[in-house]
Amino acid sequence: MKALRWGATALLILAALAAIGAHYVAPAGYEHQFRESPGVSPSAQHPLGTDDLGRDRFARLIYGLRVSLILAPLAAALTTLMAALIGGIAGYCGGWVEGCALVIMDLFLSIPWLFLLITVRAMLPLNISPESSVFITFLLLGVLGWAASARIICAGTRDLLKSEFVWLARASGFSGFKLLRLHLLPNLRGTLLAQFWISIPVFIIAEANLGAMGLGVAEPLPSLGSLLRELQNVVTLRPEPWRFMPLLVLIMVVSCFQTLLNKNEVRT
Amino acid sequence: MKRFLLFALALLVGPLAFAQNGGELRFCINSEPKTFNPLLAQDDNSEVIRYLTAGVLLRVNRITQKPQPELATGWKVLDGGKRIRFKLREGLRYSDGTQFSSADVAYTMQQLMDPALHSTTGDAFRSAEGKVTAQAVSPTVVEIAFPAPVANLVNLFDTVAIVSEKSPQKETATLGPFYMAEHKSGSYILLKRNPNYWKKDAAGRPLPYLDSVRLEIEQNREIEALRYRRGEVHLINTVSPAIFEKFTADDPSLVRDAGVSSDTEQLWFNQSPTASLPDYKRAWFTSTNFRRAISQAINREDMARVVFRGHAKPAIGIISPANKFWFNSKLKPHPYDPAAAIKLLQQDGFHQENGVLKDRGGHAVEFSIITNAGNRPRENMAAMIQEDLKKIGIKVSVAPMDFPSLIERISDKLNYEACLLGLVNADLDPNSQMNVWLSSADNHQWNTRQKTPATPWEAQIDKLMRAQSSSADNSKRKQYWDEVQQIAWEQEPFIYLVNKDTLVAIAPGVKNAQPSTLRPQTYWNVEELALK
Repeated sequence: MKALRWGATALLILAALAAIGAHYVAPAGYEHQFRESPGVSPSAQHPLGTDDLGRDRFARLIYGLRVSLILAPLAAALTTLMAALIGGIAGYCGGWVEGCALVIMDLFLSIPWLFLLITVRAMLPLNISPESSVFITFLLLGVLGWAASARIICAGTRDLLKSEFVWLARASGFSGFKLLRLHLLPNLRGTLLAQFWISIPVFIIAEANLGAMGLGVAEPLPSLGSLLRELQNVVTLRPEPWRFMPLLVLIMVVSCFQTLLNKNEVRT
Repeated sequence: MKRFLLFALALLVGPLAFAQNGGELRFCINSEPKTFNPLLAQDDNSEVIRYLTAGVLLRVNRITQKPQPELATGWKVLDGGKRIRFKLREGLRYSDGTQFSSADVAYTMQQLMDPALHSTTGDAFRSAEGKVTAQAVSPTVVEIAFPAPVANLVNLFDTVAIVSEKSPQKETATLGPFYMAEHKSGSYILLKRNPNYWKKDAAGRPLPYLDSVRLEIEQNREIEALRYRRGEVHLINTVSPAIFEKFTADDPSLVRDAGVSSDTEQLWFNQSPTASLPDYKRAWFTSTNFRRAISQAINREDMARVVFRGHAKPAIGIISPANKFWFNSKLKPHPYDPAAAIKLLQQDGFHQENGVLKDRGGHAVEFSIITNAGNRPRENMAAMIQEDLKKIGIKVSVAPMDFPSLIERISDKLNYEACLLGLVNADLDPNSQMNVWLSSADNHQWNTRQKTPATPWEAQIDKLMRAQSSSADNSKRKQYWDEVQQIAWEQEPFIYLVNKDTLVAIAPGVKNAQPSTLRPQTYWNVEELALK
């Protein structure tokens, strides 16, 4: 199990290094169209061939990986922070505050988020750059994804408030922010970390879902999601197995995060 | 000698006998037809049923694009297009055995023009206020009168299914090659051979050759292609370039390129005065030089070659060369010439600073293009435009969006800058484009629903469109329509990009197929189709 975790960490580091150094690793820019050679098979010049517009698939894969590997953890951090704030306050205050917060959480959980995301994406200004569009897409994922985590943190906070060491702290005169900082947050750290790790693959897949519908990251910037759209044409896939590479990379990244997550869950 | 005669006879009769072994033709429709009433058919799938089952007075031949006799043996347009007289075939019967006569034609027209029916087929005949009357002059002669001349009058009858007045089955009794025998909702529709169909082949044998047609309801185009490849269906009317290439690599006999279609793909700028655009952008979009420069900076040859794998042609204008009669052959393709584009832009005060194109006021030229998400060819075309315009210093953002949001933006809210969409031209006649080219029309997309024409050239187009629609003389109408095409070519309110080829799949086992660029591409001569 330890070897597996080491392997996962090494793979993620390798992927992150390739993504960060994409400019040096990629054989061409992700947007460059080799119009004389669209849809060609892998070669020394194009290790994964080119897409329908003649863009180098390998370059697009590592640039896409960069987008997903940087922004998914940021969105996960945002969602965890929001969940900690809302869930923590709801659990700490209890009573009508908790009741109201739970109603809002239920409301967020019951909304079909994919349709909501499509609607919100359609309302965005049209002139935003591809970089802004990818940032906004992940920001939306982060802002809309907090409810499930907040429920867990709310329940965790409530349980902690009933524990003996908190009673003891209260009896000793701790209250408010001091109680939260010294006793509640350190004990919620494991739950928060678990929520953070869970959210990363969820957001990568959510962006992939949006990308597969053409509503994710704007052209010409690639993301793992937008690269998966090439898999929609099932009839032409069989003779070109290299087109599965973005899917394999997505599975690899998500599996690595899951492996690390298991470790953190064990810790909590 | 006897042996030789037998051999010669076998050679002569063999192909006919071979072509007559019946069988079931199968192909897919993408959803349930909205109606089985041929007078109400509006959606594609209802039109498929109408085409295969309905008897019509005349049929536009999908290859020659000219009308040819069907239930009517002849016709005469009278009073400059205000009346038409049909001479009908004798002794015909509906699929249920009911006799056909001129009273059925009069009854059909009466039903079709009933305002309560809301038939779009009937709407095409409404040339002016007033009643359309149909009179059975004799059992084989019928005359239809209109309050004002109807443009394209003869060809309009291609879509008028003649229903029976007397049959207890009403509109389900058919005069066409097939009748509807079975319908399993969401699964299939089975059409069986009409035993009373009147047509015969050259050897005097009754048509159609097929025993039945089975329409499989299949939404997913990929699965449709897989089913075709497995031999479960025989035809696909429209194949994507990617699948076409794949099938060609597997077996070239599986697919055919029927040539350039009449459909167009175009880009336009929002020129509406009520649109929420900055004034300087509105000034760009309303400038003819700006639009022509954008047009010249787009490499249409590359677009046709890369996005459509060579199965498209750079578009010239409103009408594709596939429309043999109405295309203005004097027009030439807009050349790809970025240097000329920059010169045109300079005439309007644009200049380049560090590779960025700026207008007189110093605003960097950038705009967004919306298109419908999920349509890969359009998204790819937009990405190519983005790359082409980058070369002259213009920054383009591509914003694919779901179709309802896109329609809302271009039709109601008008909050967009440029849009890339296509137009399906099912009808060859220019009259079908009235709702696009009249400045007051809803689909006059670049500046919709104008109270008065915003520019002199739009006023001129209005005048020409009205003139062609009120004339029954096709040579005069052609002159008017040629002039409209010329103006549109010069002004480029729509920047036409490519005309896609008609790519179809016809199983090698289907005999006598003659794919056409017009709908229905693969089975327009269904009565002559046969299976091996």
